[in-house]
Amino acid sequence: MRVNRRAAVLVALGLLVAALAVVAAGCGGGDDGGDVSTELEGLGTSLEEIQDLARQEGEVNLIQWPGYSVLTDEFTSATGCKVNTKDGASSDDMIALLQSGAYDGGSFSGNASVRLMTTGDVAPVNTEFITNFADIQEGIQGQDYNSLDGQPYGVPHGRGPNYLMFRTDQVPEDTDTWGVIWEDDQLAKYKGKISIYDDSIFIADAALYLMATQPDLGIEDPYQLSQEQFDAAVALLKKQAPFVGEYWPGDVVKQIQSYTNGDSVVGTTWPYQYLALTKENVPVAGIKPREGTTGWSDTWMISSNAGNPNCMYLWMDHMASPEAQAVVAEGFGEAPVNLKACDLTTNPNHCEDFHADDESWWEDVYYWTTPAQDCNDDDDSTTCMTQADWKAAWTEIRG
Amino acid sequence: MTSVSIAEPPPRPGPGRRLSTFFFRHPRVRLWTLLALPVLWLGVVYIGSLLVLLLSAFWTADPFTAKLVHEFTLDNFRRVIETPVYRDVAFRTIRMAALVTLACAVLAFPLAYYMARIASTRTRNLLVVAVLMPLWGSYLVKAYAWRTILSGEGAINWALGPFGVSFNGFSNTGLWLVFTYLWLPFMVLPIYAGLERIPQSLLEASSDLGGRSVRTFFRVTLPLVFPAVVAGSIFTFSLTLGDYIAPTLISSDQFIGTVIYREYGTALPFAAAYAMVPIVVIVAYLLVARKLKAFESL
Repeated sequence: MRVNRRAAVLVALGLLVAALAVVAAGCGGGDDGGDVSTELEGLGTSLEEIQDLARQEGEVNLIQWPGYSVLTDEFTSATGCKVNTKDGASSDDMIALLQSGAYDGGSFSGNASVRLMTTGDVAPVNTEFITNFADIQEGIQGQDYNSLDGQPYGVPHGRGPNYLMFRTDQVPEDTDTWGVIWEDDQLAKYKGKISIYDDSIFIADAALYLMATQPDLGIEDPYQLSQEQFDAAVALLKKQAPFVGEYWPGDVVKQIQSYTNGDSVVGTTWPYQYLALTKENVPVAGIKPREGTTGWSDTWMISSNAGNPNCMYLWMDHMASPEAQAVVAEGFGEAPVNLKACDLTTNPNHCEDFHADDESWWEDVYYWTTPAQDCNDDDDSTTCMTQADWKAAWTEIRG
Repeated sequence: MTSVSIAEPPPRPGPGRRLSTFFFRHPRVRLWTLLALPVLWLGVVYIGSLLVLLLSAFWTADPFTAKLVHEFTLDNFRRVIETPVYRDVAFRTIRMAALVTLACAVLAFPLAYYMARIASTRTRNLLVVAVLMPLWGSYLVKAYAWRTILSGEGAINWALGPFGVSFNGFSNTGLWLVFTYLWLPFMVLPIYAGLERIPQSLLEASSDLGGRSVRTFFRVTLPLVFPAVVAGSIFTFSLTLGDYIAPTLISSDQFIGTVIYREYGTALPFAAAYAMVPIVVIVAYLLVARKLKAFESL
């Protein structure tokens, strides 16, 4: 107990310091017009001041999905901010990294951004300082994964689907269903050669398949599941587990190697790996099956404790620019959210291929978000399985 | 300064000399000056960080926000003990560590024996370098290299192909091979050192008393070198118990390390509670090792 009391004193001291810091930050604020203050400690009050202060900061530390930060040299020479990046393996991993306090911001998917906005780990942004913000597709602005009560918490990055990927020399080329990784006869056929993303969010992919094949369950949103729906999805995953050859924990190199060697022939992937394999002339197909798919719509957000807030603002603007959007959309394999990028891609059809301007194509793409106890709806009578349930179940599934 | 006296006083000692005198007169200060840095490192950085980790095992993390809730609870430990999957993972990991240790011992003993007792000096030096060499390469590079070897298209299956056999390398058997490869040097070196330490005279005495070579080996050499084997096994066992990179790359099963790795980000308290499992196992192992006099061979 003595140890605990001492720890409690330390914690209390830490909280006191944090509280003082918050008060100090609050005192520096002025009026901003909006309901939510976008003031941040050390952030300039005009674009010119931000540019000046950024030169003094000289660096920006980012958490990113692999391959997300592009044109960094150009950014550094234009702003004086050196770019340091750290790859996140999963949304959980990225939350932990941001909460460590060592980063100025990062590119977050919905299953991280919703939580980060709730905790206040990320700060609302003043879009006046983001010159490219106005060019971002309206359909992407103001979504619940990038803003809170209408206040933007960052700059949209791009969106993409999780693909079903298979070796066309091993799996029929006209395959267009997730059934190849869920149905008994198919599982038996590809036993030991199935590649699955190793994260609890993959439970949503099982729920998505049940949505199409077992309408009786009444699943409407693969991320907000009742106990019964959740149990069905978990049962499906447990049935699949013995047939899975490899779970890839956000390690793109591992999955690319497996498909190249033929150790994996079918599974779930990001377009990034699919494009990399195509470049190496590995015979693979990456598709959105007829049941639809899960996907992501990511957002660059600034940490509320950013040590280099000015560089981070310039970085968010940079990533929304047509030039950066074009490079990253082609590099990672996703749809840009600034359509001015479509004129700059090396493949002139990239935006069409990735349906950047075709909202109907995205209707059955369910963007990653956080499972919430209140089901993320207004109905008080429903409760859903929480993030903790998802994680515990995933460990069970993995066995 | 007054006039110079005839009987010249001894020259005033330099600062280095004075410091040395000071330390000579104050042996305690001398000792602490010497030990301050390592004690600080071990006590504060090493043990301290471990204690903070263990302390957090009694807290919880909000599952939605991942923030720590500083309320004393034993729930994490209850979950570790009561959930079957965590028990399965722990036993799987311990079994793997035991099998890897066994394989390392079986492979290392003849090699170390040859190095210590039979090989010429030149061969011995070459072998020492050969054993140490894998330690110079990056761990990650070796693990990825093994992925290539174990792949369905890799070297092992290529060699087995003509016999119509195929080997699923990305399994726990494959992982066992990788671990045995990775930790073998940690077993060879203590055994080699242990064998070298046995005086030739003891073996001669045994043979003078009529002990044949087999008997000498089992009655003299083996008992003397056994603590060294246990010393090596401490390394192979504990390294296997804690590793999470090789299991992620090679196997599809979960091990203690991979579970902790997954949990630490958003459920640090639970990860800390689960980290107690390998700590308890290792402490038990070390107690047994002490009984077997392994620490005298380290």
